[in-house]
Amino acid sequence: MNIDINYLILSTIIAAAAGLIGCFALMKKMTLASDAFGHIALPGLGLAILFGINPLVGGAAALLIGAVLIWLVENKTKISSEAIIGVIFSASLAIGSLITPEEHLIEALFGGFQKIDSAEFAIAALISLGVIAFILKNKEKLVISLISQDLAATSNIDVKKLNLYFILFFGLTVILGLRYSGALLMGSLVIVPAAAAKYISRSLKTMLSAAAAISVVSTFSGLLVASKMDLSAGPGPIIVIIASLIFFAGLILKPKN
Amino acid sequence: MADILEVNNLSISFGRIKILSGLSFSVKEGSSLAVIGPNGAGKTLLFKALIGAEAHSGEVKWKPGVKIGYIPQKLDLERDLPVTAFELLYSKAKTMGLGSKEVEEAIELVDLSLADSKQPVGNLSGGQFQRTLIAFALIGDPDVLLFDEPTAGVDAPGQNKIYELINRLKKEKNLTVLLISHDLTLVYEYADEVLCLNREKMCFGEPRKVLEPKALEELYGSPQKYYIHDEHRH
Repeated sequence: MNIDINYLILSTIIAAAAGLIGCFALMKKMTLASDAFGHIALPGLGLAILFGINPLVGGAAALLIGAVLIWLVENKTKISSEAIIGVIFSASLAIGSLITPEEHLIEALFGGFQKIDSAEFAIAALISLGVIAFILKNKEKLVISLISQDLAATSNIDVKKLNLYFILFFGLTVILGLRYSGALLMGSLVIVPAAAAKYISRSLKTMLSAAAAISVVSTFSGLLVASKMDLSAGPGPIIVIIASLIFFAGLILKPKN
Repeated sequence: MADILEVNNLSISFGRIKILSGLSFSVKEGSSLAVIGPNGAGKTLLFKALIGAEAHSGEVKWKPGVKIGYIPQKLDLERDLPVTAFELLYSKAKTMGLGSKEVEEAIELVDLSLADSKQPVGNLSGGQFQRTLIAFALIGDPDVLLFDEPTAGVDAPGQNKIYELINRLKKEKNLTVLLISHDLTLVYEYADEVLCLNREKMCFGEPRKVLEPKALEELYGSPQKYYIHDEHRH
């Protein structure tokens, strides 16, 4: 099976975006959120398939609603974001698995190889470059606010606005990944490279570059390996397995300290 | 000297519980104010209201254009956070439109070595991390420094060094300093004025005048041990 070259290029850019935003998701202790976002997209995917719309549009709509909902509840109440996300994600998964037609469920959950047209290529590439630009431009503000919200307040940082932007860009990254990883595995692609990078890094600069590199390498090699195998589940599982192997290799080689 | 801060009728409530009520006081430019009080008195909350990070009623009026540096009490950092002290400081400089020159200046001011600043923040000792936070506050040339228990988590010899550092910075840069402290001896030594707080203002004035054993017993609910290094300092 041959891989579309556009698909390969796009996957690489998405992987870099996922690796970068994953670093901050991990440090902000939002690991559960990344998984949850994938699941939140599921009812949207299901409804879109039922009504014959592009599933990604449905997934995107569900995710944006979910992201804003999480941000609102977080701001209006003192409930921790993990608790809110946990509730919203379980509910979404339940609704999603009820309304998604059975024959499409596996693809929605695990992703699949698809041919993409040039319009979709352009939009997805633009969004992932947007995610990369957002992280590179705001990494200083993100670092301060994750270390202390009070320090952020005295550094001219609008923490609420920054959090909203972060959660929206985070949601966008998950939507992009749904294309090839599916709802179940996209979360892992955001978190696993970041976790591997965090373990071997002593500075933010190293962590960001390592996470992007690990993510790109796993995605690229995962797509190649998966294309040689006949997989009903698509390339997602292979990509995540390779990323996890890199994580464990890091644990064993342990260059830190 | 003119007031740099005026607080009028400041109150903070969480739901129906009032944490701070009807607090009014003012701070003169270039002076140092110590805030003392038992745990749960609302000291940290007061500071958060002063920096605009906590919703409150009443008025917090800083002199127009004043820049504030804040040193928080204790940060629960992951030990393995891959962020170096230098990166943390540079992040502040960047958001303030400054560069690495200002970071190096701040590092020098607090006697942190450049080599230590290249360590991940989780690897720093309590004292080194405290210096990093002070350097963080100094970036952007503040007029006021707010210290929330500057020596919590720092060993005894380190504590004196931190206080000497605060005092030196105050003089060199003509800073106004507000600090929360549990160490009454140091309050006597370093503060021009003291605010006793237990959800409301219990006393306010020169430490020597207002910190009588009876006032302290009232504030803390039990007799306090303290001593004065030099009776005839003034």
